[in-house]
Amino acid sequence: MQPVRTLAAEGGGLRHVAQIVSLSEAVAETVRDGVSLALEGFTHLIPFAAGHEVLRQGRRELELIRMTPDILYDQMVGVGAARKLVFSYGGNPGVGSLHRFRDAVEHGWPRAIEVEEHSHAGMANRYVAGAAKLPFAVMRGYAGTDLVEHTQVATVRCPFTGEELAAVPALRPDVAIVHAQESDRDGNVQLWGIPGVQKEAVLAAGRAVVTVERIVDRLELKPGGVVIPGWVIDFVAHAPGGSLPSYALGVTERDNDFYREWDVISRDREHFQGWMREQGLLR
Amino acid sequence: MSGLEYTNGELQTIVAARSLAGKRSCFIGVGRPSTAALLARMVHNPALVLVYESGTIGAKPYRVPLSIGDGELAQTADLVVSVPEMFNYWIGPGRVQVAFLGAAQIDPHANLNSTVIGDYDRPRTRLPGAGGAPEIATGCEEVVVIAPHTTRTFVDHLDFKTTRGERTTMVITDLGVLEPAGGALTLTAVHPGVSVEQVRENTGFELRASDSVRVSEPPSGEELHALRELLSR
Repeated sequence: MQPVRTLAAEGGGLRHVAQIVSLSEAVAETVRDGVSLALEGFTHLIPFAAGHEVLRQGRRELELIRMTPDILYDQMVGVGAARKLVFSYGGNPGVGSLHRFRDAVEHGWPRAIEVEEHSHAGMANRYVAGAAKLPFAVMRGYAGTDLVEHTQVATVRCPFTGEELAAVPALRPDVAIVHAQESDRDGNVQLWGIPGVQKEAVLAAGRAVVTVERIVDRLELKPGGVVIPGWVIDFVAHAPGGSLPSYALGVTERDNDFYREWDVISRDREHFQGWMREQGLLR
Repeated sequence: MSGLEYTNGELQTIVAARSLAGKRSCFIGVGRPSTAALLARMVHNPALVLVYESGTIGAKPYRVPLSIGDGELAQTADLVVSVPEMFNYWIGPGRVQVAFLGAAQIDPHANLNSTVIGDYDRPRTRLPGAGGAPEIATGCEEVVVIAPHTTRTFVDHLDFKTTRGERTTMVITDLGVLEPAGGALTLTAVHPGVSVEQVRENTGFELRASDSVRVSEPPSGEELHALRELLSR
């Protein structure tokens, strides 16, 4: 892959900035068949528009990574775009099951899918290690559960106290895509509200794309706002409403009715496929 | 007796809300636990700090949220933190006192399954998975489980042990209340009109009953009114 970060002049020096491109360019440049792809956003700022663009471009054999697969990964798994799913909670929040995810795991439809599951604490710490470029993270957890046999966790002894702790390997997706409220013209991004693991995902990934509600001349820093500088981002794409039916605090509202409707749309294979074709997400 | 009509589901929520009287903080998921915690703030404990996994600490939602990430939680919270901070700074070190958890299966030791029904590699039913539960159940001081009382839920052996039950102090169902005694869950209260026999019939393991099984206090007018008003918002 070619280097994509551009340079901007500032005070006689040069610095890296993110390229501002269209969503289709950002996805085409970064997401190839077979990559490990994290689309993060913990119950907020879920990058739906970017995930849908991945489907429009017909990408397949993806290793999809996300703490909470949510409707977006139900759609991506349901059209057979994923060979593997890495996650920690695969439900439709407050509604019930993700039916396409269940169908893939229970019946191998439309294809068998490899599952690698963690606890939230495990996944979050894997991202932290990835962002820190450390090989693993240390935490208390997993011990005494059946997850130990089915996930990536090992025991380490604290060299100072002798305490036995859980070690989880760093998570380093090939590509991370997150959604934020705004960026400036150099691709410096600010998001606010529930911050999830987006900063960690961007810093852990090989390449990072951020879609934004709006591009502004100057970021006005918000209390509790999370700023991700353009020099750790490859591409920024303008995608207004890009997290619907999730939401961007202060800009769009979560479409709770659609989360309930999805339970009906996704329950039946043909209904699901018909709906995805209507949306241009399945050929 | 208050003479008010109510469902056992309503009483389950009300009993769960009562369990939060005098507590400092509670970790909650969506659904009945969230309703119960909001009710507790209305009736028993206005200072209760609600903690949602999404990172919202001290949230004061007016409506029962559909998801743990609803915007109102972030807008009303005392602070909003990232997921790593939530688990590493707040839950792991024991800064949240009580946790409300649910599950598809519960065994006699209050261990929980929220991962699969059937074999792991070829599950009959694939459930959502662990989420935050394993570390919440070992980080918080006390765990209160809220679950429907059926033989499918209360089982001798879990199909998958997602979450450990050592810190569980109470299991609140639509039939009564179970508490650990001598290493196993024991029936300590039945809801009005429910017999011990009926609870046993709906429990998939040999259920011990305490020597003096209490009858849950029926909802007061204030509790029932507050609950219905909350759900109508």
